[in-house]
Amino acid sequence: MYTNSLVALLSHWWRKPLQLAMLLLGLSLATAIWSAVQAINDEARASYARAAAMVGQDRLPSLFAADGTYINQAVYVSLRRSGWSVSPVLEGTKRYGDVRLRIIGIDPLTLPAEARQVDVVAGGGGSLREFIAQPGLFYVSAETASALMDEQTPPLRIVKSVPPGVAITDIGQAQVLLGAPGKLSRMILSPQQPLVQVPLAAAAPGLVRKEPPAESAMSRLTDSFHLNLTAFGFLAFAVGLFIVHSAVGLAFEQRRSMFRTLRALGLPSRSLVLLLALELLTFAVVAGCVGVAMGYLVAAMLLPDVATSLRGLYGAELEGTLSLRPSVWGAGLIIAILGTFASGLQGLWQAARMPLLAPARPRAWALASEQQILVQAIVATLLLVMAGGLLMFGTGLIAGFALLATLLLSGALVLPLLLMLALKAGTWVSRGAVLQWFWSDTRQQLPGLSLALMALLLALAANIGVGSMVSSFRLTFLGWLDQRLASELYVAGRNTAEAETMHDWLVPRSDAVLPIWNTEGEVMGQPVLIYGIVDHATYRAKWPMLEAMPNVWDEVAAGKALLANEQLARRNHLKLGDSVRLPGGHALPVAGIFSDYGNPKGQVIIANDLLVRFYPEASRLRYAVRVAPAKAADLADALRSALNLPEEAVIDQASIKATSLKIFERTFAVTAALNVLTLGVAALAMLASFVTLSGMRVAQLAPLWAMGLTRPHIAGLELLRSLALAAVTVLAAIPLGLGLAWVLLAVVNVEAFGWRLPLYIFPFEWLKLGLLALLVAGLSVLLPAIRLMRLAPADLLRIFADER
Amino acid sequence: MNAKACLFYLCLAGPAMAQGFAGLGSDSGGFALPQEGTVLNFPQDHGPHPQFRIEWWYVTANLHGADGQSYGAQWTLFRAALSPGEGEGWQSPQAWMGHAALTSKDSHHVAERLARGGIGQAGVTFTPFVAFIDDWKMASKSAPGADEIADLEVSAAGTDFAYDLTLSAKGPIVLHGQSGYSVKSPEGQASHYYSQPAYKVSGQITLPGGPVAVTGQAWLDREWSSQPLSANQSGWDWFSLHFDDGTKLMGYRLRDSGAGFSVATWIAGDGRAEPQAPGALRVTPLETARVADHDIPVRWRIELPGKGINVTTKALNPNAWMNTQVPYWEGPVTIEGSHQGEGYVEMTGYQ
Repeated sequence: MYTNSLVALLSHWWRKPLQLAMLLLGLSLATAIWSAVQAINDEARASYARAAAMVGQDRLPSLFAADGTYINQAVYVSLRRSGWSVSPVLEGTKRYGDVRLRIIGIDPLTLPAEARQVDVVAGGGGSLREFIAQPGLFYVSAETASALMDEQTPPLRIVKSVPPGVAITDIGQAQVLLGAPGKLSRMILSPQQPLVQVPLAAAAPGLVRKEPPAESAMSRLTDSFHLNLTAFGFLAFAVGLFIVHSAVGLAFEQRRSMFRTLRALGLPSRSLVLLLALELLTFAVVAGCVGVAMGYLVAAMLLPDVATSLRGLYGAELEGTLSLRPSVWGAGLIIAILGTFASGLQGLWQAARMPLLAPARPRAWALASEQQILVQAIVATLLLVMAGGLLMFGTGLIAGFALLATLLLSGALVLPLLLMLALKAGTWVSRGAVLQWFWSDTRQQLPGLSLALMALLLALAANIGVGSMVSSFRLTFLGWLDQRLASELYVAGRNTAEAETMHDWLVPRSDAVLPIWNTEGEVMGQPVLIYGIVDHATYRAKWPMLEAMPNVWDEVAAGKALLANEQLARRNHLKLGDSVRLPGGHALPVAGIFSDYGNPKGQVIIANDLLVRFYPEASRLRYAVRVAPAKAADLADALRSALNLPEEAVIDQASIKATSLKIFERTFAVTAALNVLTLGVAALAMLASFVTLSGMRVAQLAPLWAMGLTRPHIAGLELLRSLALAAVTVLAAIPLGLGLAWVLLAVVNVEAFGWRLPLYIFPFEWLKLGLLALLVAGLSVLLPAIRLMRLAPADLLRIFADER
Repeated sequence: MNAKACLFYLCLAGPAMAQGFAGLGSDSGGFALPQEGTVLNFPQDHGPHPQFRIEWWYVTANLHGADGQSYGAQWTLFRAALSPGEGEGWQSPQAWMGHAALTSKDSHHVAERLARGGIGQAGVTFTPFVAFIDDWKMASKSAPGADEIADLEVSAAGTDFAYDLTLSAKGPIVLHGQSGYSVKSPEGQASHYYSQPAYKVSGQITLPGGPVAVTGQAWLDREWSSQPLSANQSGWDWFSLHFDDGTKLMGYRLRDSGAGFSVATWIAGDGRAEPQAPGALRVTPLETARVADHDIPVRWRIELPGKGINVTTKALNPNAWMNTQVPYWEGPVTIEGSHQGEGYVEMTGYQ
């Protein structure tokens, strides 16, 4: 009996393959986007964890110089000889061609087991000898190895445990490569310390002990980005569930007569529900598996872009390859099943409660409940109040996203009310019976369509919001690039001597040669780049200052003040005049705050003289060159050939701008891709809803036809209806999208990236999006409309014979 | 001899060698080889010989506490060269390893230190004599002009123990083999090997239970070579025995597939050394115990018929297992039989 009943139930799908396809497609698409986002996030987190675990910094405390500079090696030796189990580490970055390599120098003999990334000794005594003796070894990931293939590095050994962009080498090699002989960045404290020790303060004064952070800096920094992806994943999944809901709802409605028959033949109600649940489960598993597989493809496709974004935005290194993590894919399947049942619950409930003698007529006349719409509007208002509260009192990124969520949800809930009001307005202004019927009938269909329209609203608003944010960012960024990259040429020497030679060669041949010297140190507990600049009109005229004291450049030039970038200022709530302590204990007031987009780190600018005095070890490799723009290219060529320099030693302004822009574009490529996918799912949801309704509405349209309206006329009205509903939704999406954009720019961006951007408005983009939405709405009703036009009069007549 | 430095070399060399400690049977790779007829020259030879592959400064002490308990203490500094000679700073190919242990009847505490040469974290100087790694130190307290190693201060600390001992030699330095040229196999592998076997000790040990004042006797071994083992030798048993009549015995057996290769030096009460012919010493395991998943002989019969010696040794604590990177057994023993006394035993290469 069960087999027969199941076959009977499934035969419905056999007869309606389109419906089946819609259901499976919606479900698998939603699962795909969800799993893809989860897989990407998971991959990134695993990458961060690997990076954070480098030489045990996630587990073991370390000793640092209290003034934020290097530790002398002699301090290490005296600590060891005082009974302290510490191991020396020197870290720094070095450029090999295009690769910015983070070099970590270790001493394999004293490194605690907890901090061991590579087993230098495992390969036999020869390995330790090779590791220690010139030219040493670099332990790198496969990806880094291929990037370094043609560079002059020590021999490479490929290991899985090292994150990309990092090389582990002997401390002695690191000191040579990083130009820091006898220097250490930190000392790792072993968890096992001897019974007898000289107190730390006596053995080595001027050191501070830092505990491993509870959470890696990178995962904190990139949280925003991943939250962003997760939010998109949720949105897409929710929209996908709308499709499933309408497809399942339709299938249940259409099979009411079959249910009745099966029940009449003796199938208990409980068994019927069980069979229907089994059917849903099968669909969920099939679509879930397909979705998970698709998700893997989407993730693999997006991952390189995500990796580029993360590198560009935060300097986070991510492997470009995706590994199959069973947990992510299992979760994808489970979420597909849960989603299916969540959207099919209503249908199951109705099937369970259906009286045996219930009429088999599909209940397309579900009464539009004005009361329900009002309740939704009240909830929407409450959510809006909540959003206001979050805006005023909330702090942090989570509050920012909660604000976004409440705003979107509130917008979605208030949509039916807006549509109802619009339709009522339509009724009032319309003349003639047909139009009056048209508006009222549309109103009757609102409950069936409102979910799909809400999905469309969310997708459109997200599109407008994210689009406005990206475009505003782009506009600001371009203007900022023009200000920031004011010099015509930028040159960099491979060592200080070469840089000096370049400088001397350039001085008589250009208008100005401005040093861009820098050092890295800790300011307010964060790694910060400290730049030295000379007083020059280039800076006075062009520097992208957000806030500044009136005599800012005089103060900075005199060595009496510093400039901080927006990130540093926002993170530490710095105001003009606040004192900032630089490494080595030098304190200066903030005279200006400048914008510094696309840079994850804090930055401080001081007078070049001061930089040289405070930090004699600062790198003196780079210069900016001012010259008449027309002569820039010739000068660059002349410099290269005069000093026999490689191509990359001299870069013109235009190519730096192009590179910066490229990074920027790729940064938002993922967002754009998810945006399009979400819009696609929303379109599908609309299509599903219209197909669902049209199938049930033949009964309502038959009287119209009987009263003399032609079938093309009726079809035209159907088309008009969908366009009208979509138009109202588009109009509602614009303010919602703008609100979203504002929250993204003024709240989320500030939390996530540390900068606030002005909001620019792009009405032409809205127009394009609106037209696209109308097109989607038109297309989604096209199939039902065509079917209606081709409906045989006999079928319309039969309505009166069979059902009424 | 305590060829444990082979272990150290092995520890750095990794598990590449399949057969026993055969890694040291390989070609000497540019290192200097011990030469017969070399005259040892002090105090220079108290210092390091970086042209040789391995070397050690090795103290074992049998101690008696004010609490009436017997203890053993070990202080060892190994040097292993990744290549011959010295280099500047981190470039130095010299690596150092320290082992320290403190043994009582029912506890055995071990610590291990590793350090690179060239940066001042570990090393040995001969005037004044100082051997050190981290905070562990064996430093000369000798009067000017006296033998640098005649009076020493030896200290070390682990996570759960520490000791600080003063050693004072009551006899001369003993050269093993032919004037300190000690043969290790029939094929002729050899090392330079001398000892100071006659230290009186006083000092303090610290155990988890607290400090204990101790006195006793200690033995210092000095050995360097580049290739001390033959390819088919799988391990060794080494004995340093202080008899109550004032005589002493150093003996070892290098195990191979056959009867092994045994060597001994008998030391008279006045410190005069009588190296014995290879094979004159007979050592027989009498009882084994399961220690850290290895079958370790904890009672031995030691026979040197030419000197009327027929004794058995018994471990003070059978669990004197050195769970260092390359593990081995090393601990104090008591002696019974034709002679009474105490000493130290080291065993390596047991499965």
